[in-house]
Amino acid sequence: MAIKVIKDQCIGCNACVSACPFGAIEMQDDAKAFITEACTACGACIDTCPVKTIIREEEAKQVAIDKNAYKDVWVYIELNEGHPRSVGLELLGEGRKLADAMNQKLAAVILGDGVEPIAKEAFAAGADKVYLVEGPEYAHYSTDAYTIALVDLIGTYKPSVILLGATNDGRDLGPRIACRVGTGLTADCTGLGIDEATGLVAWTRPAFGGNIMATILCPEHRPQMGTVRPKVFKKPEPDYGKSGEIIRVPSKVKPGDIRTKLVEVIKVCTAACNLEEAEIIVSGGRGLCKPENFTLVEDLANVLGGAVGASRAAVDAGWKPALHQVGQTGKTVGPKIYFACGISGAIQHLAGMSSSDIVVAINKDPDAPIFKMADYGIVGDVMEVLPILTEEFKKIKEA
Amino acid sequence: MEIVVCVKQVPDTTEVKIDPVTNTLIRQGVPSIVNPFDKNAVEAALVLKEKHGGKVTVISMGPPQAKDALKECLAMGADAAILISDRAFGGADTLATSYTLAAAIKKLGTVDLIFCGKQAIDGDTAQVGPEIAEHLGIPQVTYVAKVEVDGGTARLEREHEDGYEVIEVNTPVMLTFVKSANEPRYPTVKGTMRANRAEIPVWTLADLEVDEARLGLKGSPTQVRKIFTPKQRTQGVLIQKDTAREAVAELIAKMTEAKIV
Repeated sequence: MAIKVIKDQCIGCNACVSACPFGAIEMQDDAKAFITEACTACGACIDTCPVKTIIREEEAKQVAIDKNAYKDVWVYIELNEGHPRSVGLELLGEGRKLADAMNQKLAAVILGDGVEPIAKEAFAAGADKVYLVEGPEYAHYSTDAYTIALVDLIGTYKPSVILLGATNDGRDLGPRIACRVGTGLTADCTGLGIDEATGLVAWTRPAFGGNIMATILCPEHRPQMGTVRPKVFKKPEPDYGKSGEIIRVPSKVKPGDIRTKLVEVIKVCTAACNLEEAEIIVSGGRGLCKPENFTLVEDLANVLGGAVGASRAAVDAGWKPALHQVGQTGKTVGPKIYFACGISGAIQHLAGMSSSDIVVAINKDPDAPIFKMADYGIVGDVMEVLPILTEEFKKIKEA
Repeated sequence: MEIVVCVKQVPDTTEVKIDPVTNTLIRQGVPSIVNPFDKNAVEAALVLKEKHGGKVTVISMGPPQAKDALKECLAMGADAAILISDRAFGGADTLATSYTLAAAIKKLGTVDLIFCGKQAIDGDTAQVGPEIAEHLGIPQVTYVAKVEVDGGTARLEREHEDGYEVIEVNTPVMLTFVKSANEPRYPTVKGTMRANRAEIPVWTLADLEVDEARLGLKGSPTQVRKIFTPKQRTQGVLIQKDTAREAVAELIAKMTEAKIV
């Protein structure tokens, strides 16, 4: 599906040049639009052309697979120390909607060692089926073992759609599987739906640092795969009355298949830096003036049961380890409430937290950019405001 | 030690703005930069080369102007650079891009380490590195914050949601780097002069052993359906009071009213 300019009809008006999000259209010396190799065929230019001279050219696909052979929506349930990460259950809730809309079944895929009890959680969250692969080789995540297991399951049971959480492991595993089976993978989605015209899964994701959103389809390849950002969808209320079929699949991993050796797991932090799954995040920035003042941020996080975030400036200054960094070069978060304390709100920071439900900002400077997008802003000295805020929330909690 | 670093030239997304009238990206005046995480990968490669000897080759797939990004890496101290550029590669998604880059790496011959940034800041997919590893049939470790090499074994610290994993793996291996791995060096004057003089070879379709059906737009399973601008957040309540206590009281009152507290 290439985009093409019918040259003799082009009036050289330049409208398409500025409409292209990828800068892929140039005006040539003959004042005709020219589409360069940066084109991703997104079609943004087609509607802007006043003389309708930009068209989408359908190309015959060389790879034709029997798409009807692929059925059902699968959700990969990532485990952390034997427990499902929240994102897997969130995706079962959203996967249920996709499966119902497609009139297909919803299945959970669980890999691990002695993890059968997790199947109950998956059924309670809406799964009709559970594919279970167990063995000591799955006790901890490895790219090789997990890829072998999933590619084997895909080859045998042929799902139409696979959803994975966009966690570090999910984003390590997803591309490896997609590449081995030769299909498309859409990364880090924040929206899922069904494309009305085609019945395909419409994967929506931010790009260009969150400046634009793109909706992506995988028309001719199966399964359609995507990683989905944690905390975008709500975890369904569990219904433990539900049950389903457990399909046990023997492991195909042979000795020597796992080429990485896990020597040690170093836990740097627990709940306080689990920013991706946190409901509440309290973040601190340069406005705290010195590293000791970060305790004010931690105190509020403690009272609220939230995680502790930090701006890049605070991390670069060595006040907090990089694991706490929120922003474009750090973590992308989406809590219910995000407290930005002494953070001015550089666009890089906003890119990492703008999908938070509620943003509360405290900053001395009334013109700080963070206030432009905060639901609640307090203009004031963060060192004075924070202790009082902590004290007040403590009272509310105790009441 | 032969190290290949894959880099991407990206628009500095922090400079990208949205035209409020047309709702499209304003690209004019937005500088093109080396993807920041790729610089961490280049730095990691240079440090290893300084310690163990060997050669650092940077490669990039992109339009002719991506040579500028390669020159910057040469100025940092990379030994060689190759641009992979052809209209046939255009419009590629991650699968087609990684296929093309993997073909170029195969052409380079024996390679011990392949380094990438954890993701590019324009697409943010984090998929090209692992897909290159899969095309080449070699292991991968993503989100690497620390790397040491001893003979044919790499010892790595991989960043994880809750901390780090220490992983050992034999070379050849593909690694993707996070920002905390290092502080990329600035080019020296001498390095910049050398880079400016350097002729960067361009490999086109004719130079690679590839199946044309797997390249570019044609070889891309994913298709962009539409592009739109997200709903912008708007400013809410701004509280300015004489004392911090009054301000907090007001905030809690407002949040209670909105049933958030």
